Amino acid sequence: MKGRIHSLESFGTVDGPGTRYVVFVQGCPMRCAYCHNPDTWEINAGEYYETDYIIEQFERNRGFYAHGGITVTGGEPLLQVDFLIELFEKAKEKDIHTCIDTSGIAFNPESPELMEKYDRLMKVTDLVMLDIKHIDPQKHIELTSQKNDNILAFAQYLSDKNVETWIRHVVVPGITDDDTYLYKLGYFIGGLSSLKALDVLPYHTMGETKYEKMGIEYKLKGVPAMSQKVAIEKKQVILNGIKARRAELNK
Amino acid sequence: MRPEWTDFVGGKWEKEINVRDFIQKNYHPYDGDDAFLAGPTQNTKDLWAMVSELSKKEREAGGVLDMDTKVISTITSHGPGYLDKSKETIVGFQTDKPFKRSLQPYGGIRMAEKACADNGYTVDPEISEFFSTHRKTHNAGVFDAYNDEMRACRSSHVITGLPDAYGRGRIIGDYRRIALYGIDRLIEDKLAQKDSTGRVMTDEVIRLREEISEQIVALKMMKEMAASYGCDISKPATNVKEAIQATYFGYLSAVKEQNGAAMSLGRTSTFIDCFAERDLKNGTFTEEQIQEFVDHFIMKLRCVKFARTPEYNQIFAGDPVWVTESIGGVGVDGRHMVTKMSFRYLHTLENLGAAPEPNLTVLWSTRLPEAFKKFCAKISITTSSVQYENDDLMRVTHGDDYGIACCVSSMRIGKEMQFFGARANLAKCLLYALNGGIDEVTKKQVGPKYRPVEGDYLDFDDVMAKYTDMMEWLADVYVNTLNVIHYMHDKYCYERAQMALHDRDVRRYFATGMAGLSVVADSLSAIKYAKVKVIRDEDGIITDFETTGDFPKYGNDDDRVDEIATALVSKFMTMIRRHHTYREGFPTMSVLTITSNVTYGKATGNTPDGRKKGQPFAPGANPMHKRDTHGAVASLSSVAKLPFMDSQDGISNTFTIIPGALGKEDQIFAGDIDIDLNK
Repeated sequence: MKGRIHSLESFGTVDGPGTRYVVFVQGCPMRCAYCHNPDTWEINAGEYYETDYIIEQFERNRGFYAHGGITVTGGEPLLQVDFLIELFEKAKEKDIHTCIDTSGIAFNPESPELMEKYDRLMKVTDLVMLDIKHIDPQKHIELTSQKNDNILAFAQYLSDKNVETWIRHVVVPGITDDDTYLYKLGYFIGGLSSLKALDVLPYHTMGETKYEKMGIEYKLKGVPAMSQKVAIEKKQVILNGIKARRAELNK
Repeated sequence: MRPEWTDFVGGKWEKEINVRDFIQKNYHPYDGDDAFLAGPTQNTKDLWAMVSELSKKEREAGGVLDMDTKVISTITSHGPGYLDKSKETIVGFQTDKPFKRSLQPYGGIRMAEKACADNGYTVDPEISEFFSTHRKTHNAGVFDAYNDEMRACRSSHVITGLPDAYGRGRIIGDYRRIALYGIDRLIEDKLAQKDSTGRVMTDEVIRLREEISEQIVALKMMKEMAASYGCDISKPATNVKEAIQATYFGYLSAVKEQNGAAMSLGRTSTFIDCFAERDLKNGTFTEEQIQEFVDHFIMKLRCVKFARTPEYNQIFAGDPVWVTESIGGVGVDGRHMVTKMSFRYLHTLENLGAAPEPNLTVLWSTRLPEAFKKFCAKISITTSSVQYENDDLMRVTHGDDYGIACCVSSMRIGKEMQFFGARANLAKCLLYALNGGIDEVTKKQVGPKYRPVEGDYLDFDDVMAKYTDMMEWLADVYVNTLNVIHYMHDKYCYERAQMALHDRDVRRYFATGMAGLSVVADSLSAIKYAKVKVIRDEDGIITDFETTGDFPKYGNDDDRVDEIATALVSKFMTMIRRHHTYREGFPTMSVLTITSNVTYGKATGNTPDGRKKGQPFAPGANPMHKRDTHGAVASLSSVAKLPFMDSQDGISNTFTIIPGALGKEDQIFAGDIDIDLNK
């Protein structure tokens, strides 16, 4: 079957382990203020590609991806869960490492039909990189226009299913750099048994020009980029939260 | 065993000049990390500060600080020169002081005069007179023999960058031989070689005997030059300091006599490490001392300078020397050849700071030790100064003691050399095919008067047939031009110092090259897959194109166009091979215009791929700028399809990436993303 794709990148080095073939899907319900890919938001856009085409593109250059695999990012990959299932089932037949980079927004434990699909997908998913935008429900809505309850439920689901999880978190000066919330975030993800890594991404302003080109208002205009140094400090705050939770659990 | 060789494992190398055998029997592969490395000593810092100050003054003076206008440079022409004699552990400059450029008129007196004049100096009139009247130069010889067609091709730039007025370079002496054997043994060997030539005095035998005699003179002069610095290189080096110094004196002799287009060093690090390991074991030197010798050696290599003209600098985008040093690789017995010295050489980029010279080139193999790979990645990220080449590919033809001359030309050290042949402009050749040999810029009839294309739209089969004919013509005039050049270079500007450090019978690669590969591939693809309308000027010459519709572009891992590119490489190489080559040169080809792609583009009119007149070509085998839209892997895959056996002199792909795109933090790139949650 075909997926709705924004673009294909043959040399991805920042979207999971190793050098990866990266599929950027088209369409996302989130409107994160700092999103640097606003061109992937629109649901009714993009081009259609067969899963076979993507597997073939990967296979013909497999030598480059010795320690990598396929990452699907976006956009929001889990809006196209059927496409993902087919793509990853084919990938696993060829022993390709599979990774989803998601916000978790499409998760819905209330829908048995969807959960069945998620269960099937997770069997062929080696790694989920879950981007938790904000731990606080209200702040999350302000930042992304969406609630975070299903996102946190998705994190727990990954833990229950024992799917290797990296948590990603973007630190934006004045918006997501409050130590209280960062510690809370750490405390929450410290409870996830499948957590393997924490990726703290300092906010950068490189997305801004895209907004100008697309004629959309950039909500974070004037917010400076986050320095590498501060980001490392913030990472430590989250780690402290993780450790506190781990200590409690190990008691 | 000679006393200097105590503690080394003996072998064939004791009986014959065989550096590879010595290395294989004596080197110690190193699998550890960079923790053992030593920082710069105070002397190193002081000396480097002096070099930096001189560099600054040189820049302020407009690019040249001092030039010799009176003394013709030979191995022994100048007395010793120093930065600060008391602090230098490795000594020797091209002239009697650092940053003073030597006068080398044998390649061409006009070039030497112009290099001086353009920088505000005047060559001594007596020297000008001597080299115009009494002693012919390489340049004068070439122009005596060129025919009209060759001259026309040269001035229209369908063949460009020819080494007909400057030194061809690309010959690497086996400078290590001096360290291992000492000059006296090398002279003995050369005398035996001379004695071993055929007795019938054919042209070849006479030339060989004369050349060997010249080589012996050069060896004697090397000894004399070293003695002026208080060093005795008549015998083998007894420790690592002497080994580095002797190796450097060999290289220095070469750059005192040859202002070549690339004057590369070879593959010295693992060789030198054999001495370092022995010294460390015996307590002769400490790690800090050894690093200091290496730092001072590399510093000297950074100070190599030539007198050149602005035009030359334009072709080569700057003033490069191409002091290429090949590091690492894997031996044919399966052991990798990374030693501590491989680390020390790269470490100079940290101790002295980043620099383009010497061109430190890692012979990369998947089988290099992991710690070394990580160290290379680290140095690349912090200094952007490391070149990588595929050892797994080159080892097949060259074994494990080859080095890189210039940027990609591989040759077995001391056993193979190259006749550098610049390159032919295949994009211009395509336009000649369309216009029946008329140059699209000058409107002159340069190529043969073949039938031009007719009609308003280009037909692929018709164009290919005409292009094939025009390529045949170009290959013919190109190879023959090079035959003239190398004949005259051997005759009037012979590289006696480098060749003294070669075997008697060397393989001579007859290197050719092509420029404009991606322009031609995309142009032919446009003709095949889109609709290309020609636009003729008032003289009926095709000078522009209107292309409608999309077409596959080289650089996207699309076989439809990539196969056009690979076929083109094989086709031109086959044509080159059909011709007689000077001194039975073994024909090779490169696709590697790393910098001169700009000048080639300047001289070439509009092309059917949409490239406009004067716009640069892509460098080397690169896809055209911004036409590779499927990411780096797809782009690299297209390039990787080019057949190495048909472009054995190298395929280059210039690849720029911001460090952030290789990982969000340095340690991510090094593979260490997992956090230890139990800490």
